[in-house]
Amino acid sequence: MGDIREEARLVDYRKGVEEVPSRDGYGHGLLWLCENDERVVVCDADLAKSTRTIWVRDKYPEKFIDFGIAEQDMLAEAGGLSRTGLVPFVTTYGVFVAGRAWDQIRTSICYGELNVKIGGAHGGISVGPDGPTHQSLEEIPLMRVLPGMTLVVPTDAHEAKKATIWAASHEGPVYLRFGREGVPVITTEETPFTVGRAEVYRDGDDVAIIACGPLVYEALVAADALAKDGVDARVINCHTIKPLDVDTIVTAAKECGAVVTAEEAQVYGGLGGCVAEVLCQQHPVPMRIVGIEDVFGESGSPRELLDRYGMNSGNIAAKVKEVIAMKS
Amino acid sequence: MVDTKELEEVSRKIRRDIMVMLAEAGSGHSGGSLSATEIMVSLFWNVLRHDPENPDWEERDWFVLSKGHACPVLYAVLAARGFFPRKELWTLRKLDTILQGHPHRLKTPGVEFSAGSLGQGLSLASGVAMGLKRQGNPGNVYVLMGDGEQNEGAIWEAGMTAAQYDLDNLCGICDRNYLMIDGNTEEVMGLDPLADKWRAFGWQVFEIDGHDLRQMTYAYERFQLEKKRPTMIIANTIKGKGVSFMENQADWHGAPPKKGEQVQQALGDLGFTAPWEDFKKHDFDWVG
Repeated sequence: MGDIREEARLVDYRKGVEEVPSRDGYGHGLLWLCENDERVVVCDADLAKSTRTIWVRDKYPEKFIDFGIAEQDMLAEAGGLSRTGLVPFVTTYGVFVAGRAWDQIRTSICYGELNVKIGGAHGGISVGPDGPTHQSLEEIPLMRVLPGMTLVVPTDAHEAKKATIWAASHEGPVYLRFGREGVPVITTEETPFTVGRAEVYRDGDDVAIIACGPLVYEALVAADALAKDGVDARVINCHTIKPLDVDTIVTAAKECGAVVTAEEAQVYGGLGGCVAEVLCQQHPVPMRIVGIEDVFGESGSPRELLDRYGMNSGNIAAKVKEVIAMKS
Repeated sequence: MVDTKELEEVSRKIRRDIMVMLAEAGSGHSGGSLSATEIMVSLFWNVLRHDPENPDWEERDWFVLSKGHACPVLYAVLAARGFFPRKELWTLRKLDTILQGHPHRLKTPGVEFSAGSLGQGLSLASGVAMGLKRQGNPGNVYVLMGDGEQNEGAIWEAGMTAAQYDLDNLCGICDRNYLMIDGNTEEVMGLDPLADKWRAFGWQVFEIDGHDLRQMTYAYERFQLEKKRPTMIIANTIKGKGVSFMENQADWHGAPPKKGEQVQQALGDLGFTAPWEDFKKHDFDWVG
């Protein structure tokens, strides 16, 4: 029977976890960069408190630029800033950047290969009581279709900090997706993190659960429950949606023979879509996608919404049983 | 400062190259390229600090073309200034060309940003101006917009930003030819009083004759003296200027002159008599 990999250096989440919003990791990453990379400037659109860029505004005011509630302008301004050698991190909620400023990201930034970093906060239905207007569920497909874009969905605050610091070292556009709510911190400073490489956290040969964002934790909990039923699940943290770690995914499909993906986003075109595109061409196996089933969310508490819209550990385990039943 | 008579002759040749390049391409935007010719010539011959040998020279002034469809005038100017060989002009819009149908910064020396989706250039230019200021670089940033483009909301977002951050190193030019694809700007989506709008946004504004090289150069000089506000030059122009059958005709916004008789007539309006294809074989100064 497989178990958590030693080299993953995860916290012992079975004994309880601390919950921290991944946006905090972004804020800490930005503070580190402001201290260590003179090229970095931090841009915001009147959401400094909520996106944690206020930490930069308070400590490094000379590195902070507020563009007001004008996301389209902010994204193209960042493109201009980047051409003068600065490395701008633009920050707002996912819906207002990936949606509203998509054309600026497409034509000015991605087509022009500009060195702009985008921090998209409030991704996922767990944004909660603010409701569907603020629950960004579509950034993964919107961003991953753009040539040259790198798209990372960190699983927790530690990983968010690492991804933020990495983004400054990379030449080219990067989108980082963060949630609003406190989510279980399962990784540590020592947990391996390489953009473009999916990490196997738990070994197993009956099924592979490939997840991103806070649902990696749900996948681990699901795997523990499945183990009690004799199902040995491999759990993979696929934090980088683009470029996708095709090798790890295809290997998992070959060795496990069934795959379930899990993400806090629309089921169309997201992580599940990426994995399906790869597997149907390289190694088709029974597969299910856990995510939002083509509807908008509603107001509620984060936990209630994850339960209602089918993205908890129990939902993942149920899909696992479906694909296992399909294995011949 | 280059003599005005000489720049008038340069402008005539730039218009000639625009017509020949578009006829050869078989598609592209005539009207807004012809209207912006003196705006571009006065800037590139009298004002802009640039080095065609080293387009990324750190001490340069920047030129941003926001109305990307008018790239024929930019390409003609860049070729005449020596950014790339003139023969490239005759590859416009063709497979493997360095001159895309709308400008792409990674293909064409001297093109600072990729453009074509309207309403983004003022923000890009404002970002450059802000970046230069933050790093103590004295370079100036010029950005050419269309008047129809002023419909885009993001233009006004950038207008607020540039004023908020005192970007006195940013100079917008609005090619005010009063025509957009669907017709007269005031009938499609009224802009006037355009100058008052920009003043209300905190900008220094000049309204001038955009075909008068002296007025254009003077406005650019006044911009350079301003120490506080961004500047907007509203250059009143004639769409299709210089080619009789294109002047003030919205239909020539996105159409080229046809090869043969039609482009020959256009060249005739500009005072050239040699067969149109001969201009592809000679240098910029050759007039037939």
